[in-house]
Amino acid sequence: MTVHTPRDEQDASIIIRDAADKGTLLNVAGNGTKAPMGRPNQTDASISSAAMSGITLYEPAELVISAKSGTPVLEVMRVLAVKGQELPFEPMDYRSILGTRGDPTIGAIAAMNISGPRRIMAGAARDSLIGARFVNGRGEVVKSGGRVMKNVTGLDLVKLMAGSWGTLGFLTEVTFKVLPKPERMATLVIRGLDDNQAIEALSMALGSPFDVTGAAHLPDRDRRGGSTLIRLEGFRVSVDYRMNELKRLLKRFRFMDILEGVGAEALWQSVRDATILTDQSQRAIWRVSTAPTKGPDVAAHVAQALDAQWFYDWGGGLVWISTPVDGDAGASVLREATRTHGGHATLVRAPAEVRSALDVFEPQSDALMTLTRGIKASFDPAGILNPGRMYAGV
Amino acid sequence: MTIAFPKPDQAVLARRREIIEGLGRLVASEALIVSEDERRAFETDGLTAYRQMPLAVVLPSTTQEVSAIMRFCHDHGVKVVPRGAGTSLCGGAIPQEDAIVLGVAKMNRVLDVSFEGRTARVQAGITNLGISQAVAYEGFFYAPDPSSQLACTIAGNIAMNSGGAHCLKYGVTTNNLLGVTLVMLDGTVVEIGGEHLDAAGYDILGLVCGSEGQLGVVTEAVVRILRAAEGARPALFGFEKAEDAGACVAAIIGAGIIPVALEYMDKPAIQICEAFAHAGYPLDVEAMLIVEVEGSDQEIDDMLRRIVAIAEPFKPKTMKVSQSEAESAAIWKGRKSAFGATGRVADYICMDGTIPTGQLPYVLKRIDEIVKSYGLGVANVFHAGDGNLHPLVMFNTNVPGEMEKAEKAGEDILKLCVEVGGCLTGEHGVGIEKRDLMTYQFNPVDLEQQMRVRGVFDPGWLLNPAKVFPLEGRFAA
Ligand SMILES: Cc1cc2nc3c(=O)[nH]c(=O)nc-3n(C[C@H](O)[C@H](O)[C@H](O)COP(=O)(O)OP(=O)(O)OC[C@H]3O[C@@H](n4cnc5c(N)ncnc54)[C@H](O)[C@@H]3O)c2cc1C
Ligand SMILES: Cc1cc2nc3c(=O)[nH]c(=O)nc-3n(C[C@H](O)[C@H](O)[C@H](O)COP(=O)(O)OP(=O)(O)OC[C@H]3O[C@@H](n4cnc5c(N)ncnc54)[C@H](O)[C@@H]3O)c2cc1C
Repeated sequence: MTVHTPRDEQDASIIIRDAADKGTLLNVAGNGTKAPMGRPNQTDASISSAAMSGITLYEPAELVISAKSGTPVLEVMRVLAVKGQELPFEPMDYRSILGTRGDPTIGAIAAMNISGPRRIMAGAARDSLIGARFVNGRGEVVKSGGRVMKNVTGLDLVKLMAGSWGTLGFLTEVTFKVLPKPERMATLVIRGLDDNQAIEALSMALGSPFDVTGAAHLPDRDRRGGSTLIRLEGFRVSVDYRMNELKRLLKRFRFMDILEGVGAEALWQSVRDATILTDQSQRAIWRVSTAPTKGPDVAAHVAQALDAQWFYDWGGGLVWISTPVDGDAGASVLREATRTHGGHATLVRAPAEVRSALDVFEPQSDALMTLTRGIKASFDPAGILNPGRMYAGV
Repeated sequence: MTIAFPKPDQAVLARRREIIEGLGRLVASEALIVSEDERRAFETDGLTAYRQMPLAVVLPSTTQEVSAIMRFCHDHGVKVVPRGAGTSLCGGAIPQEDAIVLGVAKMNRVLDVSFEGRTARVQAGITNLGISQAVAYEGFFYAPDPSSQLACTIAGNIAMNSGGAHCLKYGVTTNNLLGVTLVMLDGTVVEIGGEHLDAAGYDILGLVCGSEGQLGVVTEAVVRILRAAEGARPALFGFEKAEDAGACVAAIIGAGIIPVALEYMDKPAIQICEAFAHAGYPLDVEAMLIVEVEGSDQEIDDMLRRIVAIAEPFKPKTMKVSQSEAESAAIWKGRKSAFGATGRVADYICMDGTIPTGQLPYVLKRIDEIVKSYGLGVANVFHAGDGNLHPLVMFNTNVPGEMEKAEKAGEDILKLCVEVGGCLTGEHGVGIEKRDLMTYQFNPVDLEQQMRVRGVFDPGWLLNPAKVFPLEGRFAA
């Protein structure tokens, strides 16, 4: 299969225009670390941002960075770290759970609207993505947004590009708002809570004025009780103060520890990357986004019908659930759970045969599906970009 | 008066009676406004220089009524201009003669609040402040706070993706919106998003936010509510030069501090606002910053100590930390009433471009030159942390030609914002005001892609069609 690696957006434009003329179906990729996600699609050729790399603008005092779409995420993070800054939304690294290697790209972070445990404070990639340049399915170079964080000029196509999984356009350059890295991070760990108690504790913490930037619950797996994690970040004085207040607020949950340093960082990384579930490498993994109060209901619903394991990235509003891969990998049970309790479920990991036989993304209402098809056609009338990656016929 | 409206469709005007009768069958009689006197209350918005009398005004009470009205207008080819409180500064809610106004102001109830889930479901006509007031008893609030928050509706905020003085920390509307009920022109009711954080599929919620009433009518919204900080305290810093104030802003952010608000006022703005609010603003400085920080007393003290140390090298002439609730309130009253206070001393138009903050000193100098070249004056207030400018170009309506000069000056200022890497509008929207300047920021391909997306929702250009896109070169699919 031909793999196109355009050097710039003009190149990309020529390749895509040609594909549109000939009806060549294109697989849109960064470096392919998330290739085993989504609906497997049948394509004739591939277009990758691998040869488009480099930071094009960085103004620390303006809290803004732009990079070509194939720039490795790690490179962006490294450059930001030199000035004490970071991508606020703490993007998840999918490589561990998907078992892929190579450098995740900044373009894919935007295309998949990736986020992490800091979702609650800092939003997802879509909240920090302030500008995008892309080539649509007609081969036209389009820009939306820009390099300033307050911008309401025209329709916000940047939001549409975020989370479109390469089905609307091939991103060539993305611009993100960034934030200072916090001076200090501390995590309150409460032990021995069941899911409902844990969600109660997390809700109390998140409903406090103490600016929680991470909230997670890892249920009991080794019979020593679950761990409930609450993270605070900021300046030293402020973190100290808030940690004391938080302990006072939650004093009825007795077994509390404070965790800091590399151990704590590794723990949050395992929440961010869902590696807490990866020892079960032969199982399917679902990512469920639901209302904060509904998480335990969703988990209980699934556990009643399936041999499931799960944890809550509560700052991200997520329940990560692993299920056996047999049959539909639990799809019908999960869909029933989200229909009953609200939210949506995405099948993140499963063998290709399973993913191609069912809906990887939550099926949408007819009205939303009509809009989705219309939007797809307005960017990519020939349907050549990642056809079927999100929904059949899109 | 240089902005054109499309010529009204005579065929629709001729059918006015019939259209009103049709609408009368869909809503109670008190919800349908047809008399000239009563319609006059809807002929303009915050951009009062422009006025258009609508065909009729409907004020429905339910999503079902909105759906029926939309379906009717769809079937009869009648244009619809959605309206909240009519405070738009870009003419976004100004009607057309051959259009009906569909106002959601009667739909102003809170439907459901979850403090555990930190969400509120509201009807779209509730005021911005109304949401905060409804959840205040538990210490919660709705974060985006436009200065017009007492009057403006969440529907208008969603349509404009409105911001406020505190959005440096909390983000703008789009970052605080979880779901909407959207009524499409053909009457279809679409639920987008919900109580959870990310909507599934394409980010249609993000597209609807900031779409200026062109994609559908929002009847309900789910917004995030947040627990308010324990306390907040502003400090004032006065500088001899605009450059010093600009450099101080960069230094604060460079030191890793994101204050909850970081507002800039120039000398004319300081004088106008001080005369109105008696906030203790320094009158002998060229530029002033209001820096607000949040938290417990201890945290606030620590943060302000850091900020004062950062500001010192820029030799501020005044440094004053608020000592009481009353003083804090006065400081904010001065800033939040900047538009109203200016309106007491002159007619003005308020521009809303955003610039990269590094360009601040240059842009302020150029704004001054531009405005002077038209023989007018300007007061500058803006959100310094994010570069969102609000130059208030002052003129006298009674002097023939001055308003046109002010419009010209405003246009030059917005072009300047685009030239230095910024944009035409940071939070007020395009409306009719900046419609014809869109080609400075976007090329035809960019605009065509936007219009193609617009066409998915409203192929016949019946929803708020006089706005946002230049009248030339329009198409739907
Ligand atoms: C020469 C070569 C050899 C490799 N060898 C291996 C190997 O041995 N083992 C292995 O596991 N992996 C291998 N890979 C894959 C690769 O190293 C990583 O898996 C990959 O770098 C990470 O991809 P990504 O994060 O950019 O996201 P991707 O997985 O590429 O993309 C994720 C999603 O985002 C979309 N997207 C990405 N970029 C854009 C864009 N610019 N515009 C619009 N949408 C976009 C995609 O369509 C997709 O829907 C190889 C890759 C190359 C080029
Ligand atoms: C003194 C003053 C201060 C201001 N300060 C700020 C500020 O600090 N920050 C800021 O961002 N703005 C500010 N504004 C601008 C204005 O208040 C905002 O744009 C506000 O969001 C408009 O809300 P509204 O309810 O008045 O909407 P309207 O003016 O009625 O309408 C605004 C737009 O929304 C559309 N619309 C209304 N209802 C709906 C609906 N139900 N469905 C779909 N579309 C709809 C309209 O068609 C129109 O395009 C200020 C205005 C004034 C007069």
